[in-house]
Amino acid sequence: MSLYAEALYFLASVLFILGIRGLGSAETARRGVVLAEIGMAAAVAGTLMHPDIVSYRWILVSAGIGSAIGIAMAALIPMTKMPERIALSHAFGGLAAALVGVSEYYLYQNGLNHHELSHGTMGALGFEVLFGGLTFTGSLIAFGKLQGFIPGRNITYPFQNQSNIAMFGSAVLLLVTLTISPNIQPLFYAMFSVALILGVLFVIPIGGADMPVVISLLNSYAGLAASATGFVLDNNVLIIAGALDGASGFILSVVMSQAMNRSFANVLFGAFGSGDGPAAAAVTGSGATVREASVGDAAMLLSSSTKVIVCPGYGMAVAQAQHAVQKMAELLEKDGIEVKYAVHPVAGRMPGHMNVLLAEANVPYDSLKELEEINEEFSEADVALVVGANDVVNPAAKTNANSPIYGMPVLNADLAKTCIVLKRSMNPGFAGIENDLFTMPNTVLVFGDAKATIEKINEALS
Amino acid sequence: MTHEMFLGLYVFVLAAFVGYGTIRGVPSLLHTPLMAFTNAISGISLVGSIVAAGAEKSTVTTVLGFIAVFCASINVVGGFLITDRMLKMFRKRSSAKAPAKDGAKK
Repeated sequence: MSLYAEALYFLASVLFILGIRGLGSAETARRGVVLAEIGMAAAVAGTLMHPDIVSYRWILVSAGIGSAIGIAMAALIPMTKMPERIALSHAFGGLAAALVGVSEYYLYQNGLNHHELSHGTMGALGFEVLFGGLTFTGSLIAFGKLQGFIPGRNITYPFQNQSNIAMFGSAVLLLVTLTISPNIQPLFYAMFSVALILGVLFVIPIGGADMPVVISLLNSYAGLAASATGFVLDNNVLIIAGALDGASGFILSVVMSQAMNRSFANVLFGAFGSGDGPAAAAVTGSGATVREASVGDAAMLLSSSTKVIVCPGYGMAVAQAQHAVQKMAELLEKDGIEVKYAVHPVAGRMPGHMNVLLAEANVPYDSLKELEEINEEFSEADVALVVGANDVVNPAAKTNANSPIYGMPVLNADLAKTCIVLKRSMNPGFAGIENDLFTMPNTVLVFGDAKATIEKINEALS
Repeated sequence: MTHEMFLGLYVFVLAAFVGYGTIRGVPSLLHTPLMAFTNAISGISLVGSIVAAGAEKSTVTTVLGFIAVFCASINVVGGFLITDRMLKMFRKRSSAKAPAKDGAKK
C-alpha cells in the first residue's frame, strides 16, 4: 500500500469519527455528514491507487449503477418507509462484506493471492462471511416483514430454539475447524450457507413490535462484518469504520431493549418475541367497557385545554397522519394552547422513527420530548392524545405484575386529565396485550383512521 | 495470529470505545439519521470490493467484486443523501413556522 493511500485512509478514519461526533446535536449534524462524505471520498481515492487494480471498467459500471440506484432511493423513498429502507441497506452492507470474503477465500484457494492463508486471516474471513451472510438474509426477512411480504407477527414452530441453537453451534464449530485447517474448501461454503440460513431463522420468529431491536442489532452485525473485512485485508479504515458502525448498532439495541424492559442477553440470543408474551394476553374487550367519543367531543376537549401532549405510535406512521397532527398542533397553538409530543424510544419500527416523521411534517424538534423528559408533565396536561400508540402507553406496565410488559417504561398518558385515544378498532396491539388505558374512566376512544379523524378534528377547530 | 492482526485488534478495540463514547452523545431524536449515517459509513466495504472488482484475477472474483461494489455504493451514496435529507427536516421552533408544506392541503 502506498504512503499516499495510507494517508488518505488515515484522513478518512479521522473524518468518520468527527462526522459521528457532529451527530451529537441537530445543529451540527449536517456538517458531520459532510465531513464523513469527504472521508469516504478520500478512502475511495486511496483504494483506486491500489496496485492490484488492472482495470477500472467493472468498478465504474458497478459503482455507477449502484450510485444511481442509491440516489433514486434516497430521493424517492417516503419517510414512512424509512424502516424498510434501513433494513434493505443493512442487507446490502452484509452482502457486500460477505462477497468480499468469499472472493478473498477463492483467491487464496486458487493461489491468486501473494501469500498463504494464515490461521488468523482465516478466522477473520470466517467472521466476515458469518456476520455478512447472517446480516444479509436476516435484513431481507426484516424488510419482508416490514413490507408485509412476510407476516409481521412472530412466527413460531416446534423445536425453534433447539434448532436455532444447533445451527448457531454448527456455525461456530465450522468457524473453529476452518481456523485450524483453512484449506478444507467445502467447510467454508458450508459455513456461508449456515450463516445465510441462520439469518432467516434468527429474524423469522420476531414480531413487528420488536423490529427496532432487530434492526439495531443487524446494524451492529453489518458493522462487525465490515470490521472483519479490515482484518482480512490489513486495512485500518475498514476496521475503524466497521467498529463505529458496530458500536452504534450495539448502543441502539441496548437502548431499545432497555426501553422494552428486556435484558440484552435476551436480545442477543434471539429468544425475544418468540412465545411466552402473547400467550399470557387476556381476553380482549370482554367485560370492560370503553367510552366512545365523537370527533366533535374530541375537538371540544382539545380546544378547551391549556396543555396537550401527543403520544404518537406506529399507527400514526401507518395512517400517515403526521401532517394532520402537525396542522392540529398549529391550530391549537394559535389559541395559546401548549402542544408537546411524547416520543417513546420504541414507538414505531426503528429507533427514532416518530421523530423523523414529525420532523418531516415540520414539527420543530424542540417540541419532541423524550420519555424521561416529559413523563412528569402528563399530570399537568389536560389532554393526552394517543395517535396509533398502544403498548407504549399501557399503564399495566406500571401496575400489573402479571402483564407481559410489566416493568417496561411507558408514557404516563393515563395521568392526564383526559386521555383521547385514536384507534382503528378494538384489536389489541402488536404484543397482543389488552391495554388498561382504554378502559380507564378518564379515557375516551375515537374510532377510525387516525389521519381522517384528525383532519375532521382540524375542520372542527378552524 | 500475525503481528498485523494484533495491531488490528488494538485499532478495533480503541475505535469501538471511541465509537461508544461518541455515539452515546447522540440524542434519541437523531437515532434514525444516526442509523442511516453509520450505514453509509459501513459502506466502507467498498474499499475491499473495489479491489476485488478491479484486480480481475479471475472471473469468479470479478463477478463477486462487481456485485459487492454495486451493493456498497448504493449504501454509501444513498446512505449519505438520505441522512442529509432527514437532517434537513429537523428545525427549531423559530425557523419551523415559515414555509409549512400543508398550505396546499387546506
